[in-house]
Amino acid sequence: MTIVQVIANLPALVVVIPLLLSPIVALTPVAGLAWVLAVLGTGGALFCAVLLQGAVTGGAGFSYFLGNWPPPWGIEFVVDPVSAFTVLVMAALAFVATLFARGALPAEIAEGDAGKAYSAWLLACGGLSGLVLTGDAFNLFVFLEISALSSVILIALGAGRDRRALIAGYNYLIIGAVGATFYVIGVGFIYAVTGSLNMADLAVRIPEVAETNVVRIGFGFMMAGLLVKAAIFPVHVWLPAAYAFAPSAVSALLAAIATKASLYIIARVMFGVFAGVPDLAAFTAEFILIPLALAGIFLGTILAIYENDIKKLLAFSSVAQIGYIALGFGVATTAGLAAGFVHIGNHALIKGGLFLAVGCYAVALGRRVNLGQMAGLGRRMPITTTAFLICGLSLIGLPLTAGFISKLYLVRALLEAEMIMVMLLVMGSSALSVVYLWKIVEVLWTPGEGETPVRQAPVRETPALYLPLWIIAIANIWFGVAPAPLVDAATRAAMYLTGGM
Amino acid sequence: MAMRDNPILRVTAKILFAPIIVFGLYVQFHGDYGPGGGFQAGVIIAAAFILHALIFGLEAGRRLVPGWANLAMLAGGVIVYGAVGVAGMMLDGLFLDYNVLSYDASKGQHYGIILVEFGVGLTVTGVMLALFHAFAGFAEAHYRPGAAGGAAGGAAGGADDGEGV
Repeated sequence: MTIVQVIANLPALVVVIPLLLSPIVALTPVAGLAWVLAVLGTGGALFCAVLLQGAVTGGAGFSYFLGNWPPPWGIEFVVDPVSAFTVLVMAALAFVATLFARGALPAEIAEGDAGKAYSAWLLACGGLSGLVLTGDAFNLFVFLEISALSSVILIALGAGRDRRALIAGYNYLIIGAVGATFYVIGVGFIYAVTGSLNMADLAVRIPEVAETNVVRIGFGFMMAGLLVKAAIFPVHVWLPAAYAFAPSAVSALLAAIATKASLYIIARVMFGVFAGVPDLAAFTAEFILIPLALAGIFLGTILAIYENDIKKLLAFSSVAQIGYIALGFGVATTAGLAAGFVHIGNHALIKGGLFLAVGCYAVALGRRVNLGQMAGLGRRMPITTTAFLICGLSLIGLPLTAGFISKLYLVRALLEAEMIMVMLLVMGSSALSVVYLWKIVEVLWTPGEGETPVRQAPVRETPALYLPLWIIAIANIWFGVAPAPLVDAATRAAMYLTGGM
Repeated sequence: MAMRDNPILRVTAKILFAPIIVFGLYVQFHGDYGPGGGFQAGVIIAAAFILHALIFGLEAGRRLVPGWANLAMLAGGVIVYGAVGVAGMMLDGLFLDYNVLSYDASKGQHYGIILVEFGVGLTVTGVMLALFHAFAGFAEAHYRPGAAGGAAGGAAGGADDGEGV
């Protein structure tokens, strides 16, 4: 392909490269080669996503007609500040997680599964990118299914070492399918009254029929399904087990990109497709998103404090962090949406980094780790633990880390919207998250009881594992010190959404 | 008594096997003119092989379509589909743009849809057979009296721990 052809087809290539490499990986007999293809696939997607982000810095979007069929009849991929930002975040994290997977994945799944795992891996990456880029409400459902089914495979891969991964995967399969079904039922209702599936077209047609119950019911079903997919409290129940029993590299991938895509869709549906029915979106934001987000923040944080399994602890913390993003969207102002998008990027960095670090521990110790077994690891694995600490501090929002920027913008948005009570609750929950992080840090640097000096010998840390982790750790500091690129992109996205589709 | 020992079942299966596949191919290649297409054809063609395996035993079915062939069909179909899309890009069109596949747009649409449906048919056949072998292999491994338990045969053929029905 010539450069011109590549440039003309960038939006499709972000999705097509991983999706098409997936069957090729499935036919590749050598696990090492499969990994190389996976790196090429996610790297290619990242390259395209960077170029797409560059194309929308002007604030305007463009669309790509799949099969050259113009919308609203054909399916279009919409590249605008919102989707380009989200795709870039996801592609970057997916690439780093893929780099990490080479050392970590084989250690946590059954022997011989590693090669084929990358097939599902690429499918999940491609499916999630498609989810974000598509401008067609039904095509979105198809990508939802592609990414969900491949995620189930990835989670269930953990069964090679721990059979509980099968139950976790099965739960996600059933609950995720219910969520996707709700979404598609909603699309069906909307299609019944508008006769269109194209999001931009829907945004024009829905106001004509805004005062009908069909639209309200359709909106309700779509939102209910998407809340399940985004793991917002109280429909987050699939998430903790799924993240806890999946291989660490998979946990990092899913935590960093999977729920982010669903949160993006929530913003898109509320403020894009249903922009013509402002009271519906406003009601949802005020009476559903904000209360659920706050409940999720506190429940997730408190459960994390009492949890002893490190991966489950991080998963509960994810429920809380998803709450912060949903809270930003719930404020429903430009500043609030911007805060949500900033945290989509920052939380991907934070939680991706933490899960990668846990993956390093799991590989080094050769087993699942709970807090007890991590005693003294800070001395034995200093390189990994320092990166873990940076990501952890970023999680609680220490100044000079990415997490601080998220909290700052969220608090500012809440103050602007004059939600003092909510703001105080956010500050309080931040303080609570110090508790569970400190619990981990304390364990990491205290030697375990009855540990002999021999057992405290340093563990060999391989660069293949800690380099990807450090990329993310440095990014956490980078976006804490120089947050402008991320914040600008997020603000552009928010302005694009609130200014209409 | 195994099903293959019953002459009526055996002869019927032998008579039906080829016509089912021919009908499947008809549905496959008629898809762009009338009702039909890759999904339906894939299921019909897979049905012929499943009938064969039901009557003559799982082992015979596995010999006829080994695990690697199944995997090749599964993945190959998707690759064919995607390759048509990529070909559209390489010919200065958009992804899955059939118009540019030939000098004439309507001919291009024709080629495109036939190739894409071929890919769909290939994958659906593979998926149906993989599902059948996975579930039947599971039942074979776990529910046959005297059989040693064990992991079910996966999509790729998997464990061969039975001697057929």
